Amino acid sequence: MAVANNELEKVIIQSVMEELAKKGLLSQKGKDHVMSAAMMDTPIVPNTESKEMVTFPPQEEMQISNPFNADAVKAMKKLTPARIGIGRAGTRPKTMSLLRFLADHAVAQDAVFLDVSEEFLQRMNLMSVQSAAASKDEFLQRPDLGRRLSVEAVKTVSEKCEKNVQVQILIVDGLSSSAIEANIPDLLPALMQGLKSSGIKVGAPFFVKNGRVWIQDHVASIVNSDLIISLIGERPGLGTAESLSAYMIYRPNENTVEADRTVISNIHKGGIPPAEAGAHLTDVIKQILAAKASGVKLNQQK
Amino acid sequence: MILKAKVYNKIFAFQSFKEVMAKANEEKSGDELVGIAAKSASERVAAKLVLSNLTLEDIYNNPVIPYEEDEVTRAIYDGLNLRIYQEIKSWTVGYLREYVLDHKTTGEDLAHISRGLTSEMIAATAKLMSTMDLVCGSKKMRVQSHCNTTLGVPGTLAFRCQPNHPTDSIEGMMASLKEGLAYGSGDAVIGINPVEDNVETVTRLLETVKNFMIKWEIPTQNCVLAHVTTQMKALEKGAPVDLVFQSIAGTQKANDAFGVSAAILDEAFALAQHKGSATGPNLMYFETGQGSEVSLDAHLGVDMMTLEARTYGYARGYRPFMTNNVSGFIGPETIYSGREVIRADLEDLFMGKLHGLPMGIAPCYTNHMKADQNDQEMGTLLCAMAGSNFFMGVPGGDDVMLSYQDTSYHDDASTREILGLRPLPEFEKWLEKMGILENGKLTERAGDPSIFDK
Repeated sequence: MAVANNELEKVIIQSVMEELAKKGLLSQKGKDHVMSAAMMDTPIVPNTESKEMVTFPPQEEMQISNPFNADAVKAMKKLTPARIGIGRAGTRPKTMSLLRFLADHAVAQDAVFLDVSEEFLQRMNLMSVQSAAASKDEFLQRPDLGRRLSVEAVKTVSEKCEKNVQVQILIVDGLSSSAIEANIPDLLPALMQGLKSSGIKVGAPFFVKNGRVWIQDHVASIVNSDLIISLIGERPGLGTAESLSAYMIYRPNENTVEADRTVISNIHKGGIPPAEAGAHLTDVIKQILAAKASGVKLNQQK
Repeated sequence: MILKAKVYNKIFAFQSFKEVMAKANEEKSGDELVGIAAKSASERVAAKLVLSNLTLEDIYNNPVIPYEEDEVTRAIYDGLNLRIYQEIKSWTVGYLREYVLDHKTTGEDLAHISRGLTSEMIAATAKLMSTMDLVCGSKKMRVQSHCNTTLGVPGTLAFRCQPNHPTDSIEGMMASLKEGLAYGSGDAVIGINPVEDNVETVTRLLETVKNFMIKWEIPTQNCVLAHVTTQMKALEKGAPVDLVFQSIAGTQKANDAFGVSAAILDEAFALAQHKGSATGPNLMYFETGQGSEVSLDAHLGVDMMTLEARTYGYARGYRPFMTNNVSGFIGPETIYSGREVIRADLEDLFMGKLHGLPMGIAPCYTNHMKADQNDQEMGTLLCAMAGSNFFMGVPGGDDVMLSYQDTSYHDDASTREILGLRPLPEFEKWLEKMGILENGKLTERAGDPSIFDK
C-alpha cells in the first residue's frame, strides 16, 4: 500500500512539474530539484533500533534571541534555579520551555500519584502494608486516614514484626514514590549496616503504602520499639521529585506533638546523597537513644 | 427562618444556618474532610433553595461564630453601616443575587450596599452563583487603592513581580526581578517571600529593591512577605517598607495560629503610617485562601467559603492596598482539583470585591493536587475577565522557593494582550521609556533581563 501511494505521489508531482514547466513557471533546474526530492525513498516504518532520540537542551542554555548582553544573561542564569533567560514566542514561552515545564510537572505528578512498584519491594525484600487510606485519591483528601494503619495492616504488623527492638525502620511512600525508589537502595543498606555495627537491635524494615508521617506513632504502639524512624517521600517540587525525609521519634504517645520529632530532609542525589544520609542518620539515632528523647527535647539536652 | 426544602419528591431539613451555608457549597475536598458537605447533589440544591429564601436579617441574627467568642465576627459587625443594613435587611439572598446581576445596578450601587452587608450575606449570595454569574458580578465592581501608584484603574491589569530565591540570594533575586520587569511585570508590587524570617534578611531585601527602584525610577511599591512582627521590627529600624504584608484567616483561632490579632494589625498599620516609605493612604497587603482554617484545625465547623468571606470582613477595616487570594496553595485536602480551584478563585474574587477590597488572584496549584497548567491558565483568563486587579508574576510559572506554580511573566504579558488591558498608567510610561512596551504590546527588546546591565 505504502509503495503504491509513493508511486502515485511521484506520478502526480511529475505531471504538475511538467505543466508548470510548459507554462514557463518553472526552470529545468527547479524541476530536476523537485523531482529528485520526490524520488528519494523515505523510510515508512520508524526505525526503533536507532539510538537517536529527542532530548531537552541543557537547562543552562540561554534562550533569548538577540539579547542586549548575552554574557550578563548567562551569568544571571547561574545565580538562580528560577526559569529565567528563557525567551519567548510572542508573549508565550518557547516550545522547549513549555515542554520542559510539562515534563517537570509530569515527573512530579507521577511521583505523587503512582505507587512504589511491587517489583521494587520484592527486590528490596520489604514486607508491604497499607494505611487506612485505600487509594491515592483518598490518601490526598483524607490526611487522617494516612496517619493510621488499615485493620489488616495492624494484624500483619502484630503477627510478623519483632517486638521491643531498639529501632524500627519504616519506608513510607508519602507524597513521592519516586523518592523511595531513588534513595532506598543506597540509603537502607547504609543505615542497617551503621546500626548493626553499633550494636543496635533493629527490627526488619517494612514498607507502608499511602502513609503520612504520623503513621509511625501507630506502628510504634504495636511494635513497642524505643525509636521509630520513617523514611518518607517529600512533596515533589518541579526541581526534583526524588527528595526524601527521615522523621525520628523516641517512644511516641498520645501527647506527642510535631516538635517531638527529629527531622532530616532534602535526602536525594542533589541534596544529602542517600548513602551519606545512612551514616548521618546512624549518628542521630545513637544520640536519640542515648538521650531517650527526640525533637526539641533532644536539642534542649545538647 | 425556614430551614426545610423540597426538591421534587424529596424533603431536606437542616438544623442551622451554618449547616445550610456548608451544604450549599459547590464540591470541595476541605468541606468533605470536615464532614459538613452536602451528601448528595439534591441535598446541595435543597440547601441553595433554603438559602435563597433567607433574608439578610436572618443572616445578621445568625453569625456562624458568635460575636462574643471571636474577634473576626466582632470586626465584621463593628464595621457595619447599620443605616444601609436597615434599608436592605428584608431582602432575600435570592433577590440580592438578582440585584447584583441587574443591568440597572452599577458598581457604585454595589459599593454602597457593601457597607451594609456582613461577610455571611456576601458568601451566601456567591453560593447561589454559577461561574458566569460570578464573572458578571465581579466585573461590575472596580476597587481602586493608592500606595505609591494607583491600583485598579479601569482598563488596566497589574502584577506582583515575585522574584523569590531558595536561599535569599540578593543576586539571584535581582536576576529574576530584572527578567520580570523586562516582561512588564511588577506594577502592583515587587514582593519577595523570604526563606529566613528575620530583620536582617528582610531589611537587606527591602533596601536592595528600593535602591533599584530609585536608580531606574520604577513607579511601584516594594514589600517583603515576612511575618508582620518581623516587618514591624524592620520598620522600627528604618527599613524602607512601602507595604506591610500579612496572611490572615476567618477565625480568631486561625489568626492566633498565624500569630496575628487585631491589636497587632492595628499597630502594624499605625507603624506603616508613621515610619513607612510609601505615600499611602493604603499601606497593607493581605493574603488569604480558602482552606487555611481547615489545615490549621481552626474552622469551628464552618465551611471554607464562608470563612474566606469572613477573612475579607476582617481585612476591610485596614483599607489594604491589595488583597491576594491563594486558595490553590493550601493543598488537596482542602482544594483537590483544577475545577475546585477555579471555582474557589472566582468565588473569592467576587466576595472580596463585594467587600470593597482591591482583589487579586493567584490561580495557583501545588504538585500534589489534580491540577495542571491548563487549569491555571483557564482560571487566570476567567479571573482577568472578571476584573481581577492583579495577578502574580513568577519566572516560568515555577516558584523555586515556595515550590508551587503560579502565573508566569509570560502569562502576565499574554493576559494583558488577550484582553486589551494595560499596565498601571505610570508603569506603562516607564515601560515605554525603557523600550519594553509599545502601544500595549511587548517590543522586540522585551523579555531580556540584560537591558538593565549597561
